[in-house]
Amino acid sequence: MTTAQETMPPGVGPDEADLRQRNFPPVARLGALTLALTVAGGVLMAANYGKAPSLSAPIALAAAAGAVLIVNVILLSRVKEFAWTPFFRVLGWTLLAYFVIAGILEFVFVFDHTPAHELALFSVLLFLFATDVPLILAFSVARWQVPEVLTPSP
Amino acid sequence: MTDTVLTDPGPTPDTHTPATHVGETHPGTAAGVGPPAHAPGPPVIPAFSIVPVRGLPIVAAVLIGLIVAIATNSLWALDFFHVGGGGLWTSIDLFLGFIVGPILGSMSVQSRIEFTTRFMPKMLLIMPTLVAMTLGAGFQLARHLGNLDATYPHHGWLVASYVIVAVMAVIALGLLEPANLAVLFELKKPRPNGERIGRLMKVFIYTAGITGAMQIATIVIMTFLASR
Repeated sequence: MTTAQETMPPGVGPDEADLRQRNFPPVARLGALTLALTVAGGVLMAANYGKAPSLSAPIALAAAAGAVLIVNVILLSRVKEFAWTPFFRVLGWTLLAYFVIAGILEFVFVFDHTPAHELALFSVLLFLFATDVPLILAFSVARWQVPEVLTPSP
Repeated sequence: MTDTVLTDPGPTPDTHTPATHVGETHPGTAAGVGPPAHAPGPPVIPAFSIVPVRGLPIVAAVLIGLIVAIATNSLWALDFFHVGGGGLWTSIDLFLGFIVGPILGSMSVQSRIEFTTRFMPKMLLIMPTLVAMTLGAGFQLARHLGNLDATYPHHGWLVASYVIVAVMAVIALGLLEPANLAVLFELKKPRPNGERIGRLMKVFIYTAGITGAMQIATIVIMTFLASR
């Protein structure tokens, strides 16, 4: 029986990328958790739209989402061997795309004269959404690319 | 959001021979003299663009139209964007998940790669645009009609639709889109890893049933609300 190790060429290859996964922090999972908390906060806000609800639960969800996002960024920033160039390339373009989408939703809330406290919370949730999704996307791409420190010199 | 299925992609090209690209001349391909076209070998990856730039002006036009519809509070325009966007979103999801996906799964590795490299980049533009259209116009439409108020008789149905959209959003943005993008970048490599692509694409199979059920539930809720 031929194993993957036997068939792989020597040096930096796809198996290296697979092996590296064990050393990465759970950025994608934490990103999905941030997204779930953010969306749950948004659903709670939308479900109570038009009345004067208690904002405690959405604020708690937004705070939890923000905390997980910050932890996620810190964990990722401590990774040494990572394909930062493709990471930032994907991050930049997806940030642009998701801030456009979030901007349209923000426009709706501002246009509808959403009360100040609710608008502020909606804005925080949209910011978390527009920051977290690009982070997940950029990490998902870069984790499989060859890190700069492993790229063979010409 | 459902996408196409590309599991079991066959031999891993990067373990043996670098994949070839359309537009290049290689002995052994249709352009050269060599083995017949159906000879076994590593899959050929067509040249493709991850983001189809030519589609961006269309996306921009749709988003500008959406903003105008919201700003003018035109009932027809809001209906157009919400019903049109939602109908397309739901139809594309169900059609891909239950019709195209299984067909694609039974096709040859080469066919699946060719389909994926032409289809997935377009989906990167189409689906987020449809989602923005549907949700943005839907929120404004519901507010315009007074459906957002907690006193609305069928408010519970509306909240149920929020929860469904929330679950779909987490699946689509947290699982499907990252896998989709990672597959496209993998296919862009000179030596794509077929096993890795297969692993990444399995997420589509696991979530197709969930998103399909969610989309059917959305149709039930929306048709119920529209008929009240």
